Amino acid sequence: MQIAVCIKQVPTREWQPRLDDARTWIREQDASFEMNEPDAYALEASLRLKEKHGGEVVVCSAGPARVAQVVREALARGADRAIHVEDDRLGSADAFVVAEALAGAMKDERFDLVLTGLQSDDQGFAQTGVVLAERLGLPHATIIMDVQVDVQGVPGESTPAVRVKRELEGGWFQWVAMPLPAVLTIQSGINQLRYATLKGIMAAKKKEIRKVTPAAFAPRQKIVSIYVPEKGKKTQMIAGSPAEAAKELVRRLREEARVI
Amino acid sequence: MLKMILVVAEQRGGALNRATWETIAAAQQLASGQPVTVVVPGSGKSAVATELATAQVKEVVTVDHATLDLYTPDGYTAALRQAIEQLAPTTVLLPHTYQTRDFAPQLAARMDRALITDVVAIKNAGGEAMFVRPMFQGKLTADVVPQGPVPHFITCQIGAFRADQAARGTSPAPVRSLAITADATAIRQKPEAPFQEARQAVDLSQAERIVAVGRGIKGQEHLPVAQKLADALGAELAASRPICDAGWLPMERQIGSSGQTVAPKLYVALGISGAIQHLVGMKGSRTIVAINKDADAPIFEVADYGIAGDLFEMVPAIVAELQK
Repeated sequence: MQIAVCIKQVPTREWQPRLDDARTWIREQDASFEMNEPDAYALEASLRLKEKHGGEVVVCSAGPARVAQVVREALARGADRAIHVEDDRLGSADAFVVAEALAGAMKDERFDLVLTGLQSDDQGFAQTGVVLAERLGLPHATIIMDVQVDVQGVPGESTPAVRVKRELEGGWFQWVAMPLPAVLTIQSGINQLRYATLKGIMAAKKKEIRKVTPAAFAPRQKIVSIYVPEKGKKTQMIAGSPAEAAKELVRRLREEARVI
Repeated sequence: MLKMILVVAEQRGGALNRATWETIAAAQQLASGQPVTVVVPGSGKSAVATELATAQVKEVVTVDHATLDLYTPDGYTAALRQAIEQLAPTTVLLPHTYQTRDFAPQLAARMDRALITDVVAIKNAGGEAMFVRPMFQGKLTADVVPQGPVPHFITCQIGAFRADQAARGTSPAPVRSLAITADATAIRQKPEAPFQEARQAVDLSQAERIVAVGRGIKGQEHLPVAQKLADALGAELAASRPICDAGWLPMERQIGSSGQTVAPKLYVALGISGAIQHLVGMKGSRTIVAINKDADAPIFEVADYGIAGDLFEMVPAIVAELQK
């Protein structure tokens, strides 16, 4: 089975935001980056499917030269080769631009399954996987907890199929079947992530990374300004030593808020 | 330019998703007096349409077809595309639910129109609407404008607009049905009936006080620290998603968009940064206390009382104070 996994490189969780001079994007030179967490679970799911069904896992990423870091990491964890759609503008691009850049590079590969995270920890569009499916002409399902590939196909149909468990809201779930090839967006936390072994890191150095230049850029949204959020509530910050702050907090919860 | 705002209602099995009313409130704000229409996809949902017709809107349009009985993204995309082409809105607003997340990008991509997701506020800049959305896990906020031809698609974050501020009409709005054509064989997804994994043994929505832990708790072995505070406050212990994903607490104790939504008298967030998926599950709490090492964590934006400090130092001190 040919499996593509689309991963994005995002600022680390510990990163403290700093804005560029135009205040329309972050100062990337001050940021450190890591693999988008839901994409890491999509990678893990891809590797497990390959272990079960055979085939190849191909990492696909769209972004500036810096994303080579997470591409290498994915290869070190066990992906077989990579496609890097490289352009500086892809770092801050919207979901349509990224999906179209990926689709252009992926359309001739004949993947059976395309996996990606349900959304990214940077701009958080929650669109890229679905738009990619539409651009590749494939069916999709989102917020996936479990993937069962049936190479025999659904009853009455000869095509191979996939049955997936979707998460709905409020503790509800649903199984959905669809023919392959298909695009799935993976929920965080559905499996235990593996880490790269030294052997994997060494092996990754020899793996192919195909670089692709994106064809066209057609942004569908523009960031007018970006800023630290305005506080909706008047938060009272309580300072002092732990004992002092604790005393003051308890006093306020008793006397002001009257909740204890 | 003349505006026409279309709200896509969400219902399942004839029950209206309440977030639809929040989206109507957002649409009325965006429309500033110009017409708002509500479209209800789904087969034979007259009760939902009647309820929505109490809103101050131009009309409620039902789209009934057998292919919409059980939700599929292909079915909804095909049906709503036809409805949108007939109604010709300039903006289409949807609640940012899991269902919307599943089909709205497909619909926008098929029509090749802009989609701005997870909008928390609408600003007016010289007649042009700007949409406010969180980014970077809530660490930053952006004002965004859609590009390209209309209609533009906008999804409204749950809880960002107030359902009780949706204006009601003096008389019911007209309800009409809109005919579409649909080919059941063109729907690639074959859905099964939704189910609940296990009955919720803990109903956190009834708890008066909740102590919730996040990544800052660092390890399962530290949970007793939080449990002691919960005991001292007479509170239930809950958690953000990563804690339940790691199996440190059962899924039924998860607060947020994929877990339970709560509004207790007191919510104490320990080591929770405040990702939007968590905030939507708890920001209705009456009094929120946040303790986090990072003074810039988004959780402090919704907190009434904040302590920027180490929870492992703060929590025992609070427990000691409560026991005095």
